[in-house]
Amino acid sequence: MSAVIFAIDPLLEGDVLWTPLLIVLVKVLLVFVVGLVATMLMVWFERKVIAGMQNRVGPNKAGPWGILQTLADGIKLFFKEDLIPERSDRFMFRLAPYLALVPAFLAFAIIPLGGDFRDGKGGLVTLFGHQTRLQLADPPVGVLFALAISSIAVYGIMLAGWSSGSKYPLLGAVRASAQMVSYEAALGLSLGAVLLVSGTLSTAGIVNLQSSIGNWNIVATGFVPFVIFLIAATAELNRPPFDLVEAEQELVGGFNTEYSSIRFALFFLAEFMNTVTMSALIVTLFFGGPQPIAIGNTTLDIPFIPNAIEGTVWLLLKVLVFLYVYVWFRATLPRFRYDQLMDLGWKILIPGSLGWFMLLAAQRVGRDAGWDQMVVTLVTALVLIAGYGLLLAAQHVSRVNREKDGASF
Amino acid sequence: MELFVFVVAAAMVLIGALGVVTRSNPVHAAMSLVLTLFGIAVMFVSHNAHFLAAVQVIVYAGAIVVLFLFVIMLLGVDKAEDLSVEPITNQRPLAVIIGVGISAIVIAAIVTSRSGLGPSGKGVNETTLESPDANIRQLARVIFSDNVFAFELTSVLLLVAVIGTVVMARKTKSVGTGK
Repeated sequence: MSAVIFAIDPLLEGDVLWTPLLIVLVKVLLVFVVGLVATMLMVWFERKVIAGMQNRVGPNKAGPWGILQTLADGIKLFFKEDLIPERSDRFMFRLAPYLALVPAFLAFAIIPLGGDFRDGKGGLVTLFGHQTRLQLADPPVGVLFALAISSIAVYGIMLAGWSSGSKYPLLGAVRASAQMVSYEAALGLSLGAVLLVSGTLSTAGIVNLQSSIGNWNIVATGFVPFVIFLIAATAELNRPPFDLVEAEQELVGGFNTEYSSIRFALFFLAEFMNTVTMSALIVTLFFGGPQPIAIGNTTLDIPFIPNAIEGTVWLLLKVLVFLYVYVWFRATLPRFRYDQLMDLGWKILIPGSLGWFMLLAAQRVGRDAGWDQMVVTLVTALVLIAGYGLLLAAQHVSRVNREKDGASF
Repeated sequence: MELFVFVVAAAMVLIGALGVVTRSNPVHAAMSLVLTLFGIAVMFVSHNAHFLAAVQVIVYAGAIVVLFLFVIMLLGVDKAEDLSVEPITNQRPLAVIIGVGISAIVIAAIVTSRSGLGPSGKGVNETTLESPDANIRQLARVIFSDNVFAFELTSVLLLVAVIGTVVMARKTKSVGTGK
């Protein structure tokens, strides 16, 4: 009975015994450590790659290729003086870093980290005679859990800015929360397209359906939701080019200006951890997660590695691509202006993802009812174009009115 | 197990609710509200209403209270309020009367309808290994077939609210004011 409460995992069916309990504990520890190490390597990776793009050497002193740089920085931050500003709200100031960190770790729990999804095995592996999945939790609400977590991640940033009791952090926090709340809508709507195609919320289920490149959700949903999801995720992570939250030139350091020592390190950790998690989520949703790359029936198999571990290798390779893309964004794209950010979010991404969702839904209904797919697509596209035309016309009218009224300040 | 979850969740809800009323700092009160909402989400999960729990966190904790905080920060009312001065006279006795009245109504509703209820969590408890989405399917079927008109009317109501807000927030034309 209690199994249903916890997760949809065959490991937890039936009575709770010692071995499953130990496996779950090991999984918790493993996911925690993997998250931390991945974050550590991501910080190093980002500094190294961006240094390469800017013709510098980057970190090269601590360990081989400077790979231990993050560890050294972490230890340094631990031993620095911990300041609490005079005018701060002490309780909230202390609480905020944890409110940022905990969601970052929680979101990592629903990513399938490996497992064998071939031949209808559905990602189940056998550990000590117990069948289980290589992911910490597969809750019935699945991907919605990630959305819920990303929506409460706002609190850490917001309270950090407010409780610092000074102006720049507050401005950074207000910008951050407005940005994150705005882009969450686009994120959720583009996610809706994936859920519509796969018909399940569970991350393992979504991965299971993407057995070959033709079945990958990026193809099945028609590319547009992926682009919208990638942009909205970048904005949700407050990463460049959407890093208005900590625009150094305008806000000193954004919401975490007043933070020092380990509290700052926690924010830093949460930020990079979210980047890793979001990349893994993109891979899970659109690129088949731990599934090997397969075209039709020919599967690209890595020899000598058992299939269950091979899944982890594939996931790692796919996630690395997106981590590289994020660093690449940071090195090449200039920061958005605030009004451009809001225009992109509300006037392009949200109507775009909503329209695409309706198109996909119409095609599904048409298929069920046996209508001609071409006609359905054409009619829906016409309706959507007409709707977007009306939106543009409304924007034009309001702009003309605004210009007639003159400046509003 | 179920008792343990209930006790923890109920404690979260009650402590949060008390915090909302007693904290003099609006931001602290808003954060207490978040605690209450999370407690309710935990209760939803323990009654197998996973989808409701997720929506509770996404909509209430993730959007509405963030909006509260936003308003508090933008309006600059984030100083501790002086609670010794009554903004509305006779507020306290009125609050007591209304509070007692509402609890009486809720208790009466529970007592009268108790016999008609089955064991808790019975109706939605079809979540299994094979179909983890049973919960959402049931909800969707109820909303989009039996109660489709109520659902559509609610969405129209929300649309009206949005348009109303935009109209009210719009600047009146400054014709003839010398601007």
